[in-house]
Amino acid sequence: MGRLSIKEKLLKWGVATSAVCMLCEDEEESQVISSPNGFAILSSFPFPLLFILQIGGDKGAMASNMFVVPQTRGTVLCCKCGISMAPNPANMCVTCLRSEVDITEGLRKHVTIMHCPECDSYLQPPRTWIKAQLESKELLTFCVKRLETDLKKVRLVNAEFIWTEPHSKRLKVKLKVQKEVLNGAILEQSYVVEYVQQDHMCESCTRIQANPDQWVASVQLRQRVTHRRTFFYLEQLILKHDAAAHAIKIKQMDQGIDFFFANRSHAVKFVEFLGKVSPTKSRHDKQLVSHDPKNNSYNYKYTFSVEISPICREDLICLPPRVATSLGNLGPLVICTKVTNNIALLDPITLRQCFLDTEQYWRHSFKSLLGSRQLVEYDVFNIEVVSPEYNVGGSKYVIADAEVARVSDYGKLFYIRTHLGHILKPGDRALGYDLYGANSNDIELDKYKGLVLPEAILIKKSYEEKRQKKRGKPRPWKLKSLDMEVDESRGRANEQKMDSEYEEFLRDLEENPELRFNLSLYRNKDYQPSEMVSVSDGDDLPSVPLEELLADLELSEQEDGEDSMRE
Amino acid sequence: MATRLQFENSCEVGVFSKLTNAYCLVAIGGSENFYSAFESELADVIPVVKTSISGTRIIGRLCAGNKNGLLVPHNTTDQELQHLRNSLPDQVVVQRIDEKLSALGNCIACNDHVALTHTDLDKETEEIITDVLGVEVFRQTIAGNILVGSYCAFSNRGGLVHPHTSVEDLDELSTLLQVPLVAGTINRGSEVIAAGMTVNDWTAFCGSDTTATELSVIESVFKLREAQPTAIVDEMRKSLIDSYV
Repeated sequence: MGRLSIKEKLLKWGVATSAVCMLCEDEEESQVISSPNGFAILSSFPFPLLFILQIGGDKGAMASNMFVVPQTRGTVLCCKCGISMAPNPANMCVTCLRSEVDITEGLRKHVTIMHCPECDSYLQPPRTWIKAQLESKELLTFCVKRLETDLKKVRLVNAEFIWTEPHSKRLKVKLKVQKEVLNGAILEQSYVVEYVQQDHMCESCTRIQANPDQWVASVQLRQRVTHRRTFFYLEQLILKHDAAAHAIKIKQMDQGIDFFFANRSHAVKFVEFLGKVSPTKSRHDKQLVSHDPKNNSYNYKYTFSVEISPICREDLICLPPRVATSLGNLGPLVICTKVTNNIALLDPITLRQCFLDTEQYWRHSFKSLLGSRQLVEYDVFNIEVVSPEYNVGGSKYVIADAEVARVSDYGKLFYIRTHLGHILKPGDRALGYDLYGANSNDIELDKYKGLVLPEAILIKKSYEEKRQKKRGKPRPWKLKSLDMEVDESRGRANEQKMDSEYEEFLRDLEENPELRFNLSLYRNKDYQPSEMVSVSDGDDLPSVPLEELLADLELSEQEDGEDSMRE
Repeated sequence: MATRLQFENSCEVGVFSKLTNAYCLVAIGGSENFYSAFESELADVIPVVKTSISGTRIIGRLCAGNKNGLLVPHNTTDQELQHLRNSLPDQVVVQRIDEKLSALGNCIACNDHVALTHTDLDKETEEIITDVLGVEVFRQTIAGNILVGSYCAFSNRGGLVHPHTSVEDLDELSTLLQVPLVAGTINRGSEVIAAGMTVNDWTAFCGSDTTATELSVIESVFKLREAQPTAIVDEMRKSLIDSYV
């Protein structure tokens, strides 16, 4: 076998081993050196020409102007079956590798899961029940989670359901896994896991089945006043915020409402919600129902007693001296303008507004002097504006001197100062408190020596006359109500009283946009706008503008053509 | 013919033996099975010598040689060196070389005409190789590995290299060595070719894990099917007889 020298080999490959000088056209033999990764041809020119042939595919020498031979992977024969394949770390074709190694060996193929037929949920031990539909994403996550210990050994690439009959009580999931085998080769294999569904009622369903009225926590909401305005308003607020979603029963009681929950945390959440929307004071208690000595577990019934402050909107309050001084000598007679978790008090003479925190209120816990039940109608004869318009806490007030007389007794005229100068005009009717005729038995009032009470304090404008015209006509909007159990033992008189109070509440909503702010009002489908245009004198009855009404969500039929025809 | 055997339950036959056209070195094993396997094939053709190198049994990986000579690492003991000199035919030059990379079997792969060496071998060692073994030396890598002695095994008729060798590399090596080369595996997919087998011009010995496919590849590339030892060894024998007389 003839051995070719390197030079001859290079010539065979077509690489020049001699070069011509560019200057003098002399031919020069170049030197050939062999280097670790190939050959270098150096010419002994003044300007050395370095031409390096990259042979051997070494990743080390990588300059951009180097000639790199493209590498194509060859094929080897599979060491078992002899078919030609690309080389891999195991040097066996996939089929042979699969027959050799089974990466799903040792993984569970049958699993039992618990299913509650009542609420269609699946048990994740030890205690959580997960609600999931058949062939849903949640169910797939749940099934894969049940195999967590197995899947630590291999890497999960894909999981999907295989269809099974819905009532066969079998779930089939196809999993694709990857694992490293032999010397570095990664094998991918898919296998099927079968889940057998066993029916087992979850604890909450069992409890409901055993005793449907069973409650674990109750919230007793009370307000020591004679009217139910607060509860109407709270009902709407609760509906808007969906705070009583978890309540299993709601019962209407005298001077309050009881809410029953299946879970203590739901009750706590509800109590916190109440604390945010009204000035409340609460206390809680628990009662032992059963005790498991082996487990050391105790079952209790929890009761939360929540009391709302008796101060309501439009109440006239005589502040105790300490409170008055702490609020900066706010005139002892104040009107309550807004009740949320703070109480807003307005002094009608000086138009100063102050806020009382829930905590602050309950420290002093004073009662109101006169409530909205005691409002009396006044006729306004004359108004003389005294001050410019003030903006107090978002609402405008104007102080004016007014000449008024009670509608029931035109004989006595009163000259009073009122803060309603912006809306009252001569000839209007207003509602206010008759301090001249009232016989108040208030301890706080007695504490003030030498206090001169005004004869009347006007609270709001009355739209009673205009309402007479519209009596009996339905409103264009309506409210939803909570599903409450009412105590049937009360008499008829109570019902009438409730109805009239509810009517007043609705009127209140119409008149006060800020009251409506937090509630949802819905369009009344039964309302038809009247054909006759009523003759209106002066200002119109305040009503709810159309934009504020929400369309009630109806899943059954489409609302037909109501949107176009409106007042 | 290719034979399958084991050394003390290990299939890495090339580690414990060295086979050339003129002699065969075998490690000292617990049982005589290994030695007798070689003997039954080679006894009347070439000497089969039991030895150790620097007290170890991994002689196949520590020494490199062909019909012209044998190179042993610097830590070979004097007795072993003497034993080798005595047992091997006279024209086989046994030389101990001082080289930092002492596993010469892993660093040098050779047949009777060409040798491929580790890229970091000393210049001196390269000269000694050229002198003692009478070969042309090329510094090369195989599939990116510098231990050329482990990842390829070749004789004067053909050669087997690491399975991941690319097509271009294969062509280039083939041109250098002037023998047909094929990329393949030994011992059921092992890539360390020279550790799993040992070969000369007419016979090969492989580990017992070698599959039938691999064996057929070996037999075809090394052209072992029609090979008769007598034809090849005849010229050598002449020289042997000459030296006696």
